[in-house]
Amino acid sequence: MLTFTIRRLVLAVPTLLFISLIIFLLLELAPGDPMSQVPLTVPVEVREEMRRALGLGEPVPVRFWKWMVQFFWIEPQILIDNVFGTQLADGKLRVLSWQTRSPVMDIVVQRIPQTLWVVGTAYVVGILIALPIGIYSAYRQYSWFDQAGTFVSMIGFSVPPFFSGVLVIVIFSVNLGWFPSIYDTTHEVTDWNSFVVQLRQMIMPVMVLALQITAQISRFMRASMLDNLNQDYVRTARAKGISEYFVVMVHVLRNSMIPVVTVIALGVPAIFGGAIITEQVFKVNGIGQLLISSIQANDLPMVQTLAFIFAVLIVLFNLIADVLYGILDPRIRYD
Amino acid sequence: MTEPRHDRSSDPVDEIASLAAHDPGATAASGPMPDRPPRSQWLDVWDQFKTHKGALWGGILFLLIILAVYLGPYVWTIEPTQIDIRARNQGPSLAHPFGTDQLGRDILSRMMSGGQTSVSVGMTAMLLALFLGSFVGVIAGYFRRLDGPLMRLTDLFLALPLLPLLLVMMLLFREPLSAAFGAEQGIFILIVCAIGITSWMPTARIVRGDVLALKEREFVLAARSIGTTDSKMIARHILPNVLSPIMVSATLGIATAIITESSLSFLGLGFPPDFPTWGRLLFDGTDYLQDYPERVIWPGVAISLTVLSVNYLGDGLRDALDPRIRGR
Repeated sequence: MLTFTIRRLVLAVPTLLFISLIIFLLLELAPGDPMSQVPLTVPVEVREEMRRALGLGEPVPVRFWKWMVQFFWIEPQILIDNVFGTQLADGKLRVLSWQTRSPVMDIVVQRIPQTLWVVGTAYVVGILIALPIGIYSAYRQYSWFDQAGTFVSMIGFSVPPFFSGVLVIVIFSVNLGWFPSIYDTTHEVTDWNSFVVQLRQMIMPVMVLALQITAQISRFMRASMLDNLNQDYVRTARAKGISEYFVVMVHVLRNSMIPVVTVIALGVPAIFGGAIITEQVFKVNGIGQLLISSIQANDLPMVQTLAFIFAVLIVLFNLIADVLYGILDPRIRYD
Repeated sequence: MTEPRHDRSSDPVDEIASLAAHDPGATAASGPMPDRPPRSQWLDVWDQFKTHKGALWGGILFLLIILAVYLGPYVWTIEPTQIDIRARNQGPSLAHPFGTDQLGRDILSRMMSGGQTSVSVGMTAMLLALFLGSFVGVIAGYFRRLDGPLMRLTDLFLALPLLPLLLVMMLLFREPLSAAFGAEQGIFILIVCAIGITSWMPTARIVRGDVLALKEREFVLAARSIGTTDSKMIARHILPNVLSPIMVSATLGIATAIITESSLSFLGLGFPPDFPTWGRLLFDGTDYLQDYPERVIWPGVAISLTVLSVNYLGDGLRDALDPRIRGR
């Protein structure tokens, strides 16, 4: 198992390098001086610092190397400094945002909790809804419940979040006035009443995201259950006189969960991507919204950093999915 | 790309299997001479497709949407850019069935011209992705030496953060392309290329798997033994037989491409404002959400219906084109 994990880990490194190269080269290939858009109000010495942090004026491989150093050497040091109060990274150059003129990573760290809070809740809610639906529609294949489930997941696939989000805003905040249409991130939960307020503002973004997650995962759960329900071991279990509940919920379910667990792990980064739109609709100031606003402000260092963070998330969760599959299904490890 | 007749001549096994599945008594009783004329494979596919009600309705709906969007402007002749400021912000009426927007432009005609853009972006991007995907898939499956590198490349592309990357591409290449090809043409090329380049991977994987299986079949061996060259082999024998997974990913590709294009337009990074697409109309409509919610609902419903019908169509095609399911 350890060699399996190490092999996967080694494979992840070139993937990450390739992706960072693509993101980096995209900026390289873009015509014009990337700094030409920086407004003249930025003081000369700050501008010079921005230039040096990006390594402009040097050959491409050197710049790529500098960029990688920023990511994998200097930023982790700053993280350690912040956690343990050490002075490892004092006076080191950092990539600055052109918009706010503060280090890019600091802004990202400020924005991440909002995204994690909304996206994480939506993911958990979506999975909790999807699993029972998938199990029951596979158990009663072609029943009305199954047909309804198919239809609902088709809708989940087809209705894009920027429409379902706007639609629930029209229905629940404009017409009915039940929930606020804008997510207030400065709101703090201190007592029961503020908790209710938090709950009310979270319901709509969470449900919009959860609809898509449910559509995907319930389909996978159903297909995986159907694969297993006709296997010989299920007939054997029934023949032994094990109760139907036990057969389905223990024997079949445990085997069906293997691919579903990996799909759940693989879906996490995709959800971050989808959350870009949902965050935009509900004005949640998470990292997706940060990406859009920095794109509109032409803030290239920020855009690069965020795209790379999304890439790291994808590679990381691919790795987690691979390792999970190896743990759950011993046959995979030996291939 | 290819003719269906190759399928019949090169793959008699499926032909007989589907015939037998269709009428088990006929071939067994009459021995080598079937008493009914041979049915073409595509007739069987159509039979199976018809039994899938959702797919049939999806296909009809999709055709209707395409007809409405492309032929509609000949019936409904108001220009989408015609401004009638005195008739602005009107609700649905006989003169304007979908109402008018804040500049008095007719929303029905804007929906139709927006639909033309959305559907043609979806189709073109799908064709590009399909071409890339089938090319990579066939090459990777057919030539053993290229299999490893090409599949690693596919995995790497699958690990890219697509939406952020698309947004960055839009940001960086929008202006030079607009300058080179004109505002609308440039953005069209950019969006189509961006979507095509980032969505060929699933097709490549499916096609490669099918090509790997096909290579072991007897008819490929027979063709090789009479000295068929690699290029002829791919064009005559491999491609026609992987047509069904390609067709299924084509339908699903249209759906993804339309959603991606509308997402880009919705985020304000798609077509310019005076050039309507469904995503753009939805984005513009959100400013008037409180007073005129129907402006958001029309384009949203159009996008959702198109994607829903295409998804159902793809679902039915997948069942109809799979010879193991067909005839059941």
